[in-house]
Amino acid sequence: MSDLGLLVEQARPLPEPRRIDPGLTTGDKAFKFLAAAGASSVLVILGLVALFLLVDATPALKTAGFKFLTTFEWNPDGTPAAFGIAAVMYGTTMIAIIGLIVALPIAVGSALFVNEYAPARLGRPLVALLDLLAAVPSLIYGMWGLYYLQPHLNGSSKWLTDHLGFIPFFHTTRPVFGSSMFVAGIVVGLMVLPIVASVTREVLSQAPRAVCEAALALGSSRWGMIRSVILPCGRSGIVGAAMLGLGRALGETIAIALILSFNFRPQTEILAPGGGSVAGLIANNFGEAGEGQRHALVAAGLALFIITLIVNTVARLIVNKTSKGKME
Amino acid sequence: VSIATLPAPALPQPRKVRQSPQELLGRSLAILAAVAVAMAVIFAVTPLSGGLGWAICTYAGFVAADAFDNSRSHGKVVAKDRVATVLVCTAGLCTIVPLILIVFYVVKQGLGGVTGAFFTETLESVGPADPASVGGAKHAIIGTFEQVGLATLLATPLGLLTAIHLTESRGRLARVTRVLVDAMSGIPSIVAGLFIFTMFVLKFDQGFSGLAAAMALAVLMLPTVARTAEEVIKLVPDGLRESSLALGAPQWKTVTKIVLPAARSGLVTATVLGVSRIAGETAPLLMTSFGSDGVNTNPLHGAQSSLPLFAFQRVRAALPTQIARGWAGALVLIVLVLSLFTIARAVAARGRKGP
Repeated sequence: MSDLGLLVEQARPLPEPRRIDPGLTTGDKAFKFLAAAGASSVLVILGLVALFLLVDATPALKTAGFKFLTTFEWNPDGTPAAFGIAAVMYGTTMIAIIGLIVALPIAVGSALFVNEYAPARLGRPLVALLDLLAAVPSLIYGMWGLYYLQPHLNGSSKWLTDHLGFIPFFHTTRPVFGSSMFVAGIVVGLMVLPIVASVTREVLSQAPRAVCEAALALGSSRWGMIRSVILPCGRSGIVGAAMLGLGRALGETIAIALILSFNFRPQTEILAPGGGSVAGLIANNFGEAGEGQRHALVAAGLALFIITLIVNTVARLIVNKTSKGKME
Repeated sequence: VSIATLPAPALPQPRKVRQSPQELLGRSLAILAAVAVAMAVIFAVTPLSGGLGWAICTYAGFVAADAFDNSRSHGKVVAKDRVATVLVCTAGLCTIVPLILIVFYVVKQGLGGVTGAFFTETLESVGPADPASVGGAKHAIIGTFEQVGLATLLATPLGLLTAIHLTESRGRLARVTRVLVDAMSGIPSIVAGLFIFTMFVLKFDQGFSGLAAAMALAVLMLPTVARTAEEVIKLVPDGLRESSLALGAPQWKTVTKIVLPAARSGLVTATVLGVSRIAGETAPLLMTSFGSDGVNTNPLHGAQSSLPLFAFQRVRAALPTQIARGWAGALVLIVLVLSLFTIARAVAARGRKGP
């Protein structure tokens, strides 16, 4: 040890190494917290909607029990009170289906037109106008449907029942048309058309361009390419778009409340006056509702909330999956 | 010698000369005219009638005849392509027909009712027998501006914070929030109204008020603002964020001084789109602001009217004079909503082109 004296010089104490602080600054912590709080407001609001509707609906749900889902009657103030959403839920579904039958083919056609056929000069204004259609308030659709479309559809309704009356839906025993699920369904179809069209446009534009080019290079016509590449790639996306439209159609209120004349039985005749809608029922009856009726209407609203939430979430998941996964 | 007299090898069939687009269009127009005339003759001699029926039959006949013509000259594949082209183009152009019909009809019905009195008078002293020119929607216009303004104040900060959270941080909360924002954008407007009614009007015992309406509208506006703002914030190049962070700026400064200013015009668009989404909502107002015939400038207390509610209640009153007032309200409303929407689009387009 001693012969190495030179080498074992006392080592100088090292300076303190710089302290590594991976933590955020106070400002960033506050910022993160604020943003997270804002984002969780969405969660909180949805939770509160479910909570308050459930609390206010409980008396009605207790009275009606499980029959709430199966009763074709709406008499919450009667003795004994008998009410259920079966009839209005049936009407809501019928109107939404008629709406989709109107909206879906036009939406897919317009998506193909804008994506594949129209020059950008024509396509872009078309998309802008379609978005403008989405901005028209529900009330104005309702007023237009009631005063303009309904009289204009009387002839078509008569023709349908005269010539296609053997189909149960088009059959009617009364020569009265209008205020029907048919008119309401067409108006709702026009209302959901913009969203179905824009989502369809988006998912159909995801088809791999190289495969489209390959189809054309193999001598396919434009329609051949659409049928063999674009539509198969976008099939689940179109389903998602239709479901999104369905979710919107189920919740439509004012237009249906204005057009439809309500009854509470499962009416198959879509051309004759009558039908029902959950949202329309609430809008029509809420103003004059007493205590019992109000609880029943809130229960109906809760059911509508749950159904639209499920339909919308599933639809979004399908659409997001289609848009993200690049299909090969 | 023999080589020269060999028979020439048979040429392959030359490719068929396609018609030019002009020729094709001319031919199609000729077919269309022929079918239209034929249908007119058929409609004249048979019991078939009606302009709409004639148009539909002509269209169907044209598609069939055009397909037949093309399949004869170009084969089945081309004919199918033609049919698809005609149908797709029809669908594409069909989408703008409803907008045109609606706007024209509302203008036609409402223009007579939009007078000076419509903006300066209320319905307070209007009896059922008064003509449509008496009374106006001053109270409703005031209500609309107050309610929409309050809703914007409530929804915009929350929507922007949500969008910032969605774009600037990763993690489970962001993933869940994205799904929930989508779910929330599908809430039926009447459910939003029921929610505010049960919570604010009943449970907190506040009664009907403009504020209650604004809260219901804010519930509907929040997802629109959040989604649109998220889209535009995403468009800010990552390079800007990275340079700011590399220069030592903390994240909050990066977001407030770099990201948000860069997305400014897009954020304006998001807000205005949200406003145009809620300005015409009627259903939630039925159970939150309830409507009144006189001016109520205090949005915090008492029933208040607004344009959509005014129009809805006039139409429901089912008297010709009241319906005329309703149409005037609808016209003012549609002009308001569509111009807001157009402004939002114009701002967005200018933002894309750069300052």
